[in-house]
Amino acid sequence: MSQLKADSAMTVGRMWKKPHFIANPWLRYGLIVVTLVYLYWAFSTLPFNWTRISEGLPRAARIFGGAFPPSFERGGLLWTGFKESFQIAFLATLLGVFLSVPIAVMAAKNVAPKPIYLLGRGIIIVSRSFHPVIVAILFVAAVGFGPLAGILTLTLYSIGFVAKLLAEEIEEIDWGQVEAMRSVGAGYLKMLVYGVFPQIMPRQIGLSMYQLDSNLRASAVVGIVGAGGIGGTLMNAFGRYDYDFAFAILLLIIGIILISEGVSGWVRKKIW
Amino acid sequence: MVDQAAQITQRVWSRYDRKEQLIRYTIYLVTLIAVVWAVSDIDIFWPWVWDAPNQIQNLGARMWPPEFSAWTAIVNAMLETVHIATLSTLLTIFVALPVSYIAAQNTTPNKFTLWLGRFILVSSRSVNTIIWALLFVAIFGPGVLAGILAVMFRSIGFIGKLMGEAIEEIDRRPVEAMEATGASKMKVVLYAIVPQVLPAFFAIVVLRWDINIRESTVLGLVGAGGIGVLLQGSIDMFAWQTVATILMAIIVLVIIGEAITSILRKKVI
Repeated sequence: MSQLKADSAMTVGRMWKKPHFIANPWLRYGLIVVTLVYLYWAFSTLPFNWTRISEGLPRAARIFGGAFPPSFERGGLLWTGFKESFQIAFLATLLGVFLSVPIAVMAAKNVAPKPIYLLGRGIIIVSRSFHPVIVAILFVAAVGFGPLAGILTLTLYSIGFVAKLLAEEIEEIDWGQVEAMRSVGAGYLKMLVYGVFPQIMPRQIGLSMYQLDSNLRASAVVGIVGAGGIGGTLMNAFGRYDYDFAFAILLLIIGIILISEGVSGWVRKKIW
Repeated sequence: MVDQAAQITQRVWSRYDRKEQLIRYTIYLVTLIAVVWAVSDIDIFWPWVWDAPNQIQNLGARMWPPEFSAWTAIVNAMLETVHIATLSTLLTIFVALPVSYIAAQNTTPNKFTLWLGRFILVSSRSVNTIIWALLFVAIFGPGVLAGILAVMFRSIGFIGKLMGEAIEEIDRRPVEAMEATGASKMKVVLYAIVPQVLPAFFAIVVLRWDINIRESTVLGLVGAGGIGVLLQGSIDMFAWQTVATILMAIIVLVIIGEAITSILRKKVI
């Protein structure tokens, strides 16, 4: 009897404990220690300029004080900048999507021979590794300031994204249609045009719309390094402490991106 | 009889009906007009376009062979880039989680907080990292802090949005069970919501870390720390062979980042 009482007392007194996310205690505490050591290492090696940083808050107050209300006075400058950004994004998307088709065929395992496949993958990896802004400075150095550098940059950027997804799409097609084409003696090109492309077409249009949207975003920043478009205007406004004009540009960029996101989402929904 | 047979042989198969074809041709026409307008209106000096392949080849020739003498500086700048990416991702978590909590329809306290949360997420995502960096360099001066803050402000929108979606998809029943036993709000979050979204959380954070490494490579171009500072310096000095080395280093870093990401994802999910 007393034994039973003791037992029930123990059950009542026992607390439920939440099981840990990482069951192994060594791993759990090890990860915490590694994180702490990393944080210490990172903070001790990074060069923080604390005196300059401490001036930040009054500066922020001055910047935001200067930015309100945003000034839309130089409407002409705004219009040319945005128009150029749009033209860059549009032409680069067309060129990029056009060029990405052959590269996607090269980079699809099921329709390309091995050496061509590796070459295609290599092109995709290289064009995806670099941020568009880095590519933009290289093109500005090669072909000079202006929208041409911007178009080249975003074309490469589009190839990296569209060709990669398109290649994956080609790898997943229904192979039966290709075999049907082959059995009637169609050549390689005919096999691609009639057996492969119709299957990836809807996807291709959706990707193009998405890419137009993302090129529009990117075209706003390649201008910061001199590759044309609204980014250059924004950089100048910042450089000349015209914070009210810079703020107006930023607001417009946000507005236009929201609109383009909405439009491209709507089109993609229609197609799929 | 004969007429009918002739009609059938003359009939042409077409994939789209008349209306669909009309829509298609309208789209082609609009696209064509837009191309003509863009090409004729844009401020491009055409002789430069025809010369571009030569110029690019020329630049490529100046970059070859890569020059490795500055490798210690490059490695240090790379470490700085990784630190910026990692610290900003860690810091983002603390801001993005509360924001995603109020931006998810099923956990937000009221309509006002829902819209506040969504507003924060949208404005964070709409402004590019480089533009955030421009702003923070103006405020805190050039250096890594501006870079960390820039990457952080950009990541809040990404992590917050995806986490908000993960929270909206949770199973309601554990939450209701907890509430029925009279658990506090804090306990409901900790025991009914967190365990359900934890795997999604790790996947999203790791994905963002990978993206942030790429983003951190360009911060230096506007003076916000990392490898970009070195890159901009080398370009300004026309040290193209060093530029080539830096570009190769960036590719290596990005590939390592992707490898780590894919290993971590396999472990967690």
